[in-house]
Amino acid sequence: MDTKRRTFLKAAGVAALAGISAPAVTKLAEASSSAVPAVAENSAGTAGKIRYGMVIDMRKLYDRPDIQEKMAAACRYAHNIPTFDDPKSEIKWIWSASYEEAFPEHSSAHNAEIIEESEFLMLCNHCDNPPCVRVCPTKATFKMEHNGIVAMDYHRCIGCRFCMMACPYGARSFNWFEPRPHITQEINPEFPTRMRGVVEKCNFCAERLARGEKPACQEAAAEVGAIYFGDLNDPESEVRKVLAENPTIQRKPGLGTKPSVFYIV
Amino acid sequence: MIEKALRGSSRYWTWLGILAIFIGIGAVCYVRQFFIGQGLTGMGRDIGWGLYISQFTFLVGVAAGGLMLVLPYYVHNYKAFGRITILGEFLAIPALIMCLLFIMVDLGQPLRAMNMILHPTPNSMLFWDMCVLLGYLFLNLICSWVILTAERKEVAPPKWIYIFVYLSIPFAVSIHTVTAMLYCGLPGRDFWLSAITAPRFLASAFAAGPIIIVLACLLMKRIANFDAGKEAINKILTIIIYAALTNAFFVCLEFFVAYYSKIPGHMHSLDYLFFGIEHNGEMYNNLVPFMWTSVFLCFGGLIVLAWLKLSKKVMTDAADWIIAAGCLAVFLSLFIDKGLGFVLGGLAITPFETVVEYYPTVNEMGVTIGIWAVGIFMVTVLYKLAVDVEHEVEE
Ligand code: SF4
Ligand code: SF4
Ligand code: SF4
Repeated sequence: MDTKRRTFLKAAGVAALAGISAPAVTKLAEASSSAVPAVAENSAGTAGKIRYGMVIDMRKLYDRPDIQEKMAAACRYAHNIPTFDDPKSEIKWIWSASYEEAFPEHSSAHNAEIIEESEFLMLCNHCDNPPCVRVCPTKATFKMEHNGIVAMDYHRCIGCRFCMMACPYGARSFNWFEPRPHITQEINPEFPTRMRGVVEKCNFCAERLARGEKPACQEAAAEVGAIYFGDLNDPESEVRKVLAENPTIQRKPGLGTKPSVFYIV
Repeated sequence: MIEKALRGSSRYWTWLGILAIFIGIGAVCYVRQFFIGQGLTGMGRDIGWGLYISQFTFLVGVAAGGLMLVLPYYVHNYKAFGRITILGEFLAIPALIMCLLFIMVDLGQPLRAMNMILHPTPNSMLFWDMCVLLGYLFLNLICSWVILTAERKEVAPPKWIYIFVYLSIPFAVSIHTVTAMLYCGLPGRDFWLSAITAPRFLASAFAAGPIIIVLACLLMKRIANFDAGKEAINKILTIIIYAALTNAFFVCLEFFVAYYSKIPGHMHSLDYLFFGIEHNGEMYNNLVPFMWTSVFLCFGGLIVLAWLKLSKKVMTDAADWIIAAGCLAVFLSLFIDKGLGFVLGGLAITPFETVVEYYPTVNEMGVTIGIWAVGIFMVTVLYKLAVDVEHEVEE
């Protein structure tokens, strides 16, 4: 409904523009289609934009804390995430916790045993309607328009932590101390380390996607195939097919943030 | 005019000296925090805002509270406030500077604070808060200075200044409204997500600001031979009583919504603040004694003040001490309610519906005390200036 209306409005806008300056519009269209090939293939989606999303198939992760830890470790290495023992200072991009913590708004009165006993993975939802972006006073947190990833500019962030207040998923961490001495694993030279006093979170592996690789956590879970990742706007993509075939849930859908991470439970 | 601040009794200098020591302690604590990190505070991943931001929130209210003098005097021509309106403006300036200091010490990268101006982001309420706070600071600086200078020269203030005076009225309302909007527009923070947050902030501000002015007047009557006049004090007390009652009424409405709807998200924070909340077999209730102290101080103080007024004792000299006690009680109550309960009550319940308690560290309290000392220092100097000018005019 939402999407249709927006597409219609966009189309109407383009049509109106075309009436005034047709050549300019053609040029623009040409330029964008050569830069982002997905645009042309994806005419049924939201005006040709990619929106990355993830499906976590929990059925394959129940009773597999080892895989969950492997995923977290892969992310830790890929993004030079420091380790702090004190929960107060922790930096978490992807982590596991109980069903009640991950889905507090879903009833937990009489859950299946498997749900009670297992832990659930949490990470940034890369919301389509992200409150963290809305509140940031410096645009240090922003949504990448071409792929929907909610990204961060660590060099612009002033560390006001307003985004942490606004994120209803606790997906953001602040560097309370200098993080570099606390990176216990090998340093990944392909990703920057951060400085004290800025916020960070999962970036959907934007840097790996740009190189044509898969998200690190998806790769780490490959042996059980628990993670699907792809373009939510493309009806032919694997994620969309998985979503079409399986009932899924999102975290706190009632808040209107439109999370891009789905769970099969 | 500045030279007046440099001439004073030994008592004045001793007082400033004591404050300077506290400022020094605050500075040392801040330098430690600056070089080691915000990890030195009690804040953490779950409680991302603490003492600093809650003090900021409270002090925005104190700054806005001066409106309760400006409005009657300039708009309703209420002459009894003539001598003390300047005190409202001279309270707003230090309060705003304290606000800015609390924001600065809260930032993880304070040296980048200019990014808020270099990359203005109108969809962020923090951006608007900065605009209205700086605007209100500017308005108060210019109004107080021009009006005090005119008073000293015993001429009427220039006409153009009234544009700024009238402009400062909506600005006073806006600083606290926008500060409330920092909180009340965040999805998932149920305790803050209430349309009554802004009115409630304003109500408590219109009590807390004037209380400081009453207390300062009573003090200056003793030590600086400055009498605000019984009528003025009596009138401010009326304002304080109504504002504090309105605030209490709004808080009661929050209680009704939470406990009648029985929606857990709305109840949890109030549970935590007033009764303690159990989570995974542990009891979390570190703020309960504070919140009940706040309730009793508020009603105790209000009863005393109302009794003074009803019995007409308020006009006697002997009443001064009781007025001071009543005002102090209400002030402390509002301070706990907003400067502690509001921010921490909202944060103690995490997005995972777990409960985390916050305990400020010594270093953090040192910084906080230092900033309060800066504010009190400035109030002392500015109020001395205002009183000296009054005395000069009288002579
Ligand atoms: S999950 Fe939180 S941090 Fe991630 S986009 Fe949504 S609001 Fe922002
Ligand atoms: S902490 Fe950084 S990213 Fe978060 S709102 Fe502030 S400036 Fe933006
Ligand atoms: S998508 Fe990438 S950044 Fe996000 S949790 Fe997985 S590995 Fe980490």
